[in-house]
Amino acid sequence: MLSYLIRRSGYSFLVLLGVILFLFILFFTIASPDDIARQAVGEKALPEVIEQWKVNHGYDRPLWPSSVQLTDNLLYDHFRRLLTFQFGDSDSDGVPISQRLLAGAGPSFALTLPLFLVGLVVGVLISLFVAFFRGTYIDRLGLTLAVLAMSVSILLYIIGGQFLLGRLLRWFPVSGFEPDLSVIWRFLALPVIVGVASQVGSDIRFYRTVFVEEIYKDYVRTARAKGAGEMRIMLVHVLRAALVPIVTNVVMVIPFLFTGSLLLEAGFGIPGLGSVTVEAINSNDFSTLRAVVFLGSLLFIFGQILTDIAYTLVDPRIRLS
Amino acid sequence: MSAIFEDTPLREAILSDSIVVLLLLLAAFVSQKIARDRFWSKNIVTLWRRRRFSLLLIGFFLCVALIDSTLWIGSSENTLDVVSSQEARSLIDRIFSDYKEKTYSAPLASTLFGDTEALKYPARHLLGTNLIGIDVLYITLKGARVALLIGGLTSLIAIPLALFFGMSAGYFGGRIDDMVFFVMSTLASMPGLLLLVALIMALGQSTFSVCIALGVTSWVGFSRLSRGETLKLRELDYVAAARALGVSNRKIITQHILPNLMHLVVITFVLMFSGLVLSEASLSWLGSGVDKSWGQMIAQAKNELSRDPVIWWNVAAAGVALFSLLLAVNRVGDALRDILDPRTNREGST
Repeated sequence: MLSYLIRRSGYSFLVLLGVILFLFILFFTIASPDDIARQAVGEKALPEVIEQWKVNHGYDRPLWPSSVQLTDNLLYDHFRRLLTFQFGDSDSDGVPISQRLLAGAGPSFALTLPLFLVGLVVGVLISLFVAFFRGTYIDRLGLTLAVLAMSVSILLYIIGGQFLLGRLLRWFPVSGFEPDLSVIWRFLALPVIVGVASQVGSDIRFYRTVFVEEIYKDYVRTARAKGAGEMRIMLVHVLRAALVPIVTNVVMVIPFLFTGSLLLEAGFGIPGLGSVTVEAINSNDFSTLRAVVFLGSLLFIFGQILTDIAYTLVDPRIRLS
Repeated sequence: MSAIFEDTPLREAILSDSIVVLLLLLAAFVSQKIARDRFWSKNIVTLWRRRRFSLLLIGFFLCVALIDSTLWIGSSENTLDVVSSQEARSLIDRIFSDYKEKTYSAPLASTLFGDTEALKYPARHLLGTNLIGIDVLYITLKGARVALLIGGLTSLIAIPLALFFGMSAGYFGGRIDDMVFFVMSTLASMPGLLLLVALIMALGQSTFSVCIALGVTSWVGFSRLSRGETLKLRELDYVAAARALGVSNRKIITQHILPNLMHLVVITFVLMFSGLVLSEASLSWLGSGVDKSWGQMIAQAKNELSRDPVIWWNVAAAGVALFSLLLAVNRVGDALRDILDPRTNREGST
């Protein structure tokens, strides 16, 4: 187990290095420092202005290491910065990036955590219900509704939710954020409802397949023969056996939580990491975007290792080797 | 002759028209192949029986997109239309040419929105007009082409790439497998939408770069699937027999393994399509989408719905169009999966 974890972490570290290299290729060679500078100071700027901008923002050194210098180049600098979490200053307004990311982490977490938990519980409960009535018209209705829900863009959920629940019924504020604990739920309720609604369709289809597969297995028949109630069978036997695919799906969703909240935060004006990203896009702030993509990958890779550990906890038959 | 190589309306028209001709030829070729192959022709008939309405709807959008891609130069019937007579325009452009108002007007209204000024074409805008006075029905129809372009072009980039890497990794194993798998894990560990945005920022904003970015982010999933299938297939007896007979690796892959992946290709193409169109809509929301797409119309509604009285026709038209296309595609995708891949018994009745 321990040796597996060490090897797994080693591979994950390699993947992380791959991500950093990919970011370097994307943001230093495909979009060269000249392109970045030109986008920042304007298409028709004088060459001297562009050179000055590159000097000010540290883009004026050679890209690749050569035989005379190994550390004074952008590649080395890029790796060093990301691996030590010293992201430097923003390209567009000079604010330290880590300060901005730290400020955004709190609101983002306040949104994603309830979104994640509520989404999981709602998805699993509805699909248990639908799987219980498999083959009947309730099942067919549930599946049809799930396909309908999947075909609607999340943008329509955001706009529709704001319009219906925010403007017409006036249940929740349309957008905004207040970090005070006593009122925070008022601002988070609508994004959470919208987020759950946008993902519940595909969740139901996935979980239902898992549950229905388990229901026809021998141990369920045995449990029923021994007199276990249907409720107990569904909630204890089937749910527990279905945990492995559920855990897999949950971890697959973690990075999408990050991106999903990108849209939600942009739509509801929550000052989290998503809003930082959107601002970076709009102001051509490449250095912030690099840091955000790196952090997102780091979270995802970390989540993958956690899944592997969670596997052994929910299913003792799985041995990591 | 030199006009063909410059970025002129003529070039645009020729390029777009040749794509239409190519597509029609491709469709004819594929349908002939299908008609000869008993497995596919039988399944197509089953699919038609089960999903008649969805297929007709997709066909409608396809026709609109094809008509919109057929461009030619020349002035239209409308004599008032002088500005754009030198541009290459499609039939849809011609029908709606000079159909412009000053700003918003409600569906079938005869005055401007929130004003008493009479429209140039009272009660003729079936779905109203948008901020700069363009007929909403017109842009909604134009959006069909963008959606199909995004879904189709990107799948054409992503699926061959995914098949190539997935099959070579699964078939050869060893060092190649390690490398491909490493690249796939690297790409997969970057959150999708962030990676998309980063790619578009680096490549610059254009329809083509959006397609490339979507292609780069979406090939990994199918590549994994085809790698796993190839791993299974190469252990089968007939592949071993082919290898024992001295058939070359290239031939084994193209003749013996690829045909057994075709059903997955078809299913993935259909299911990927809806995901791609949805991603484009999300990108529009973040300000890096494609011009004239339905996503962009929806993104504009952020401001329109907060006005009083509400401007609903723009977002409603785009939303209904997007929803109906995606629903039809999803339904066809599900039916295809049930027909072509009997292992996924999703009805669970057995």
